Amino acid sequence: MARKAPISSKKRKSASRKKPPDAEVTAKEDFVWTRKDLLGLDELSPHEILHILDTAESFREVSTRSIKKVPALRGKVVGLLFFEDSTRTRMSFELAASRLSADTILFSAKGSSVSKGETTLDTVRNIEAMGVDVFVVRHSESGAPHLLARQVQASIVNAGDGAHEHPTQALLDIFTIRQKLGRLAGVKVAIVGDIAHSRVARSNILGLRKLGAEVTVVGPPTLVPNAITSMGCRVSHSLDDVLGEVDVINMLRIQFERFGGGLFPSLREYSRLYGLGGQRLAKCKNNVLIMHPGPINRGVELTSEVADGPNSCILRQVANGLAIRMAVLFLVSQR
Amino acid sequence: MEASGVMNNILIRNGRVIDPAAGRDEVCDVLLAEGVVQAVGRVAQADAKGAEVIDATGKIVSPGLIDLHVHCREPGHEEEETIATSAAAAVQGGFTTIAAMPNTHPPADDETAINYVHQRSAEARLARVLPVGCITRGREGKELAEIGLMREAGAVAFTDDGEGVADATLMQRALQYASMLGAPILQHCQDPSLFGGVMNSGPAAVRLGLGGVAASGEEIMLRRDLELVERIGARYHVQHVSSAGSVELIRQAKAAGLPVTAEAAPHHLLLTDAACMEYDSNYKVNPPLRTAADVEAVRAGVADGTIDCLASDHAPHAAEEKALEFALAPFGIISLDCALGLYARALIETGLCDWPRLIEAMTAAPARVIGSDLGTLRKGRPADVTMIDPKKRWTVDVSKFASLSRNCPYDGWRLTGRAVMTIVAGEIKYQTS
Repeated sequence: MARKAPISSKKRKSASRKKPPDAEVTAKEDFVWTRKDLLGLDELSPHEILHILDTAESFREVSTRSIKKVPALRGKVVGLLFFEDSTRTRMSFELAASRLSADTILFSAKGSSVSKGETTLDTVRNIEAMGVDVFVVRHSESGAPHLLARQVQASIVNAGDGAHEHPTQALLDIFTIRQKLGRLAGVKVAIVGDIAHSRVARSNILGLRKLGAEVTVVGPPTLVPNAITSMGCRVSHSLDDVLGEVDVINMLRIQFERFGGGLFPSLREYSRLYGLGGQRLAKCKNNVLIMHPGPINRGVELTSEVADGPNSCILRQVANGLAIRMAVLFLVSQR
Repeated sequence: MEASGVMNNILIRNGRVIDPAAGRDEVCDVLLAEGVVQAVGRVAQADAKGAEVIDATGKIVSPGLIDLHVHCREPGHEEEETIATSAAAAVQGGFTTIAAMPNTHPPADDETAINYVHQRSAEARLARVLPVGCITRGREGKELAEIGLMREAGAVAFTDDGEGVADATLMQRALQYASMLGAPILQHCQDPSLFGGVMNSGPAAVRLGLGGVAASGEEIMLRRDLELVERIGARYHVQHVSSAGSVELIRQAKAAGLPVTAEAAPHHLLLTDAACMEYDSNYKVNPPLRTAADVEAVRAGVADGTIDCLASDHAPHAAEEKALEFALAPFGIISLDCALGLYARALIETGLCDWPRLIEAMTAAPARVIGSDLGTLRKGRPADVTMIDPKKRWTVDVSKFASLSRNCPYDGWRLTGRAVMTIVAGEIKYQTS
């Protein structure tokens, strides 16, 4: 299995010419992955991020074969630990593991031992004792994968922890941007919505900044902490102000439970101020990319016209997610 | 090494005797007899016949150190700490007196609970453990506890520590009532409606995706309380000051002549919220670790006397609880065993304080807060003495703590300065070479 970047390096070089010198990042052909875990993009170097993207590029082809399977992880066991509900991320990882010929076991917290008062750590140690090589962990608490990574031998892949990080989602978002625009340096990205509680936003900000993109987060002050600027992004409270200048708009899903906390007055008001419909789309660049991590609240973040329109790359994101997760499972298993 | 032999007379020779309450800082001798200080100064051999002689050359001889903020966990969580084990940790750390916070299970909110602390302390015969009572019944913040009866039973102060008293009317009544008794109210300043997180709010919390607790929640309650104190004139003590804003509010209140005192904990003198970046719950504490500017302000507050006392907020927790996810793990750090060296690191090694000021903050000042005759080596006072080797270099090793818990982020720290002998009521309770 190819571990080097099969993507044309020529293409990336031409894009990188426009970058400021400090953002000059290209994949190293002789790069060797050494990490046991993928906990977040915060800890990754730009080279490591590019290496994942390039590895994913080589795995994309597998999905086009009639027999969509490679033996890369034959004999390995991937434990999918979903301490928090998820459908698409779980299915994506599950399919990624099986395309690599790994065996998978699934744990989901509903009705499991967690409800009997067992700690996360005990649950995972017990499952590890069955002989698991890689754990894919989704958890409602920030830092849960870090806690596990310190205590278990198996690799830990963070599939979303609390409001902290969702590295594979950001990797597939970044992968999709690079695929569509042919570059990352200098690309202007707006991330719109509940930034305060979004792991997707954090991972995207970190990853995009490391690769030289510019990021503006957009939302009301109750959903956008000022301190987020310490991660290298700009803050705007007006979607209309940023529409015309960005190449990518990533619309985050609004969690309905946020109403109870009073973080914004009503869905109607939110949708009017921060929703993306045809009128706002008309003010954007012609080739603007519209992204959404799913599941979409149609009529809230995006109108159907926009979600299903020519600028939307939402389904492309999902397809790319599979390649990214194959790449990540493959890389952490190589140590 | 621990010793608890009964000895009537001890002569401590040739130490640097620092007794801030008496204005003393000189190399001399201290004679202890029958549980009280017999003489301080040049003591002739003839006056100390039969006394055990301890050479304190090169050492500091201090009044026994007092820690006004210790969670003994008994009754209710004896697997984490007991009155006896916290008293043992105290003497190992050089503390001869500790004040037991009332947030036990059940909370110490009546005279029976106060008497229980006295009884367990007397059985342990290590450090003196002074009971502190709840301000409100059940520590629920709804109605006054029997403050008067607890005071009669010997409660030295009152607090709902762990939480502040949120209701302004109730706080007003507590201050009024306590002022009648001459008892101090100790407040954990935190507006509960602004307590939405697990660490300081700021860039670190945002990056970690953890809920933040802003300093404003501490300062808003402090401002409100200072308004009440100004009207009522009750003795009011601010626990574990964590923010630069709080230090400034206390400074102004003192300048205005309000009867306000305050304490600072080792972690707010040494650590910032950046320590939470690895999700290590040993850095999860309430009030939370804040910014470098806050640490600097709290240090300066101790140095200029705005913050009167040093108090550990020793808060033991079982290892399995601290092994939970950061947001689910309980708040608290233990440091009673090593607090003295930590204070020296934060205040002596930085040049902000000298030993007399540091010792004042652990002796005369806390004694003043609770109106105690402890905390000084004046003739006739209880023979509580801490001998400190200010040059001793040592490494914090939590496995050697007398505390039952291990939730200490200082494990492995190299410190300078520690207690080498702890004497309570004329008996040597702890000594090390």
